[in-house]
Amino acid sequence: MKKLNRRFFLKGGMAGTALLADTGLAKKASAADTFGGYPDSMGVLVDFTKCVGCRSCEAACNKEQGLPAPDKPFDYMSVFDERHKGQKRRTTEKAYTVVNRYNIKDREQGPVFRKFQCNHCNEPACLTSCFVNAYTKTKEGAVIYDPTVCVGCRTCMIACPFYVPAYSYSNPINPVIKKCIMCYDTRLKFGRPPACVEACPQEVMTFGKRKDLIKLGHNRIQKNPEKYIDHLYGEKEVGGTAWMYMSDVPFEELGFNTHLGEQPIISYVKEFLTIVPMVLTIWPALFTGFYLLANRKEAFKNEKPSGNE
Amino acid sequence: MTRTRNTFLVIMITLALSGWPPVFGQAETGPDSAELDTLAQLYDAVAFDHAAHVEMVEGNCARCHHHTTGVAPTNPKCLRCHPGGQEADSMACKDCHSEKRFESAYLAEIAANTDRFHTDIPGLKGAYHRNCLGCHQESGGPTGCADCHARNEKGDAFFSSGKYAPKSPQKTSGH
Ligand code: HEC
Ligand code: HEC
Ligand code: HEC
Ligand code: HEC
Ligand code: HEC
Repeated sequence: MKKLNRRFFLKGGMAGTALLADTGLAKKASAADTFGGYPDSMGVLVDFTKCVGCRSCEAACNKEQGLPAPDKPFDYMSVFDERHKGQKRRTTEKAYTVVNRYNIKDREQGPVFRKFQCNHCNEPACLTSCFVNAYTKTKEGAVIYDPTVCVGCRTCMIACPFYVPAYSYSNPINPVIKKCIMCYDTRLKFGRPPACVEACPQEVMTFGKRKDLIKLGHNRIQKNPEKYIDHLYGEKEVGGTAWMYMSDVPFEELGFNTHLGEQPIISYVKEFLTIVPMVLTIWPALFTGFYLLANRKEAFKNEKPSGNE
Repeated sequence: MTRTRNTFLVIMITLALSGWPPVFGQAETGPDSAELDTLAQLYDAVAFDHAAHVEMVEGNCARCHHHTTGVAPTNPKCLRCHPGGQEADSMACKDCHSEKRFESAYLAEIAANTDRFHTDIPGLKGAYHRNCLGCHQESGGPTGCADCHARNEKGDAFFSSGKYAPKSPQKTSGH
């Protein structure tokens, strides 16, 4: 299966699809009954109150991951004014993390800067949705992927509740998914923090065991109740994410979707799978799951942003 | 700045009540200047005018050496448990704020030492910037990244800037 590439996949046709879907998906889905994230997995706690918007994390990511040169230097601050189809910057195949600026009315300290990258879910929808098993959730907490297996179907792009996976179009024959892997290959695997964490001058990000960070985050909130919103975004959202966030302004005002619920995306898909674990019914079920998810994402999109951008 | 003044008063009163004589001796005001270069990599060393800053804070050393000089802390949240501001063994930020805050060895050390009360300690880089940059933002000191330390060539490469700037801005790919 490791050797599977797009061409083979196409030749294999429907039979191949069915087989893969059966062995891969169904197994993953049922395993999720008991899975709540690896106990000693690592995580990152991001404290937006400390970010000054210097983009050092973006530069560090670019160098560490050997990404192509940026369109503009990393000390170029007008990128915060960029809009792509009316949206602030998002992660792309050339930038696995971006920082955006949110102008918040009446905030004494000025705008809030929000770093954005893959949240490394405990129970990742990208992984569940991938029928060639390209994704892995490592015990260290990273959600990584095998580009040699990826067939470029983009299901994970639809599945991701945070719109993270991006596409590389540089190889038109075999476009593959591109996203943050928490520096798994070069750092996390060896017990070292991701490059962005280390580069940050303000130490906006705290790296550690996810379960310790949850305590640390709540402690910080408890010590400064007048400062922080009493919520660690990502502690419970979609079953928990390795990256968690704390802020002094409501998360909705920073473009966070606060309507995702605490159920992992996988559960919405799983219900159908366990009832009728038959190969051909998996696809409609999957897409019904995605449809539900898409609705939730849509509901969020249609809400009027409260802060002035 | 009224808060600083108030806490300064509190400190003076605390000192008076405790009859604590400020015997600084030689280290009364610390060094005149300090070259901060422990971390220097992308930037040159920081030429820190210690004397000028001591003057700025009107002798309130705890604004930076938070309760490590024997002076009560300025932060009211710390006063609760450190009312007198016991003198610490060291004044240097790097002795308590690790340069390798997130390396596994340090994380293991924190986890192993259960006597430790404070586990949410910033690393050295974070301690400097939150202290220095934090005050500069509040009180009109310089806040530009190159104001405190000049960026060197390695730094230019890191930021893809200066002579490492992208040659012709390419069109952003279709998204
Ligand atoms: C108020 C002064 C001040 C400002 C402003 C400041 N820094 Fe620093 N910075 C320091 C000090 C002090 C050090 C520690 C120097 C050392 O020990 O080598 C430091 C060290 C660093 C280091 C690690 C050393 C190195 O060369 O890699 C980085 C990275 C850094 N700063 C980035 C930034 C960035 C990015 C900004 C702009 C947001 C910034 N700094 C603004 C004071 C400042
Ligand atoms: C604006 C912040 C600031 C203020 C205010 C300040 N210091 Fe410092 N001081 C520093 C920094 C930064 C260093 C360099 C520490 C290091 O090397 O980690 C330093 C170094 C020192 C050292 C040398 C420590 C060593 O082991 O290298 C002494 C002694 C000292 N200060 C005493 C004082 C005294 C006494 C006061 C009050 C009168 C004072 N400082 C006020 C920031 C400050
Ligand atoms: C709830 C009580 C409590 C509060 C509040 C508190 N501390 Fe402490 N602090 C302790 C205890 C207990 C110790 C000794 C154990 C240890 O080293 O953590 C200590 C030790 C320290 C030390 C010496 C650590 C060392 O490594 O030598 C420093 C510095 C310190 N505190 C700073 C602060 C600052 C700054 C604040 C305010 C933000 C603060 N403390 C608030 C209880 C407290
Ligand atoms: C004796 C040990 C010790 C020394 C020396 C020391 N610190 Fe700290 N520092 C601590 C501890 C412990 C805490 C954590 C307090 C807490 O729990 O909030 C702390 C917290 C801080 C924070 C608070 C971070 C935040 O986000 O609120 C800053 C900033 C800081 N230190 C800067 C400095 C600077 C600058 C120096 C040198 C001038 C210095 N510290 C020297 C022990 C020390
Ligand atoms: C108590 C607040 C405060 C703290 C803390 C502080 N500064 Fe400053 N600093 C200032 C102010 C205010 C100025 C502007 C002085 C002026 O313009 O005359 C200044 C000026 C400076 C300058 C420019 C001086 C010059 O010659 O133009 C440097 C460099 C600097 N600070 C570095 C630091 C570093 C490094 C630290 C941390 C170790 C630090 N400062 C901590 C208030 C502070």
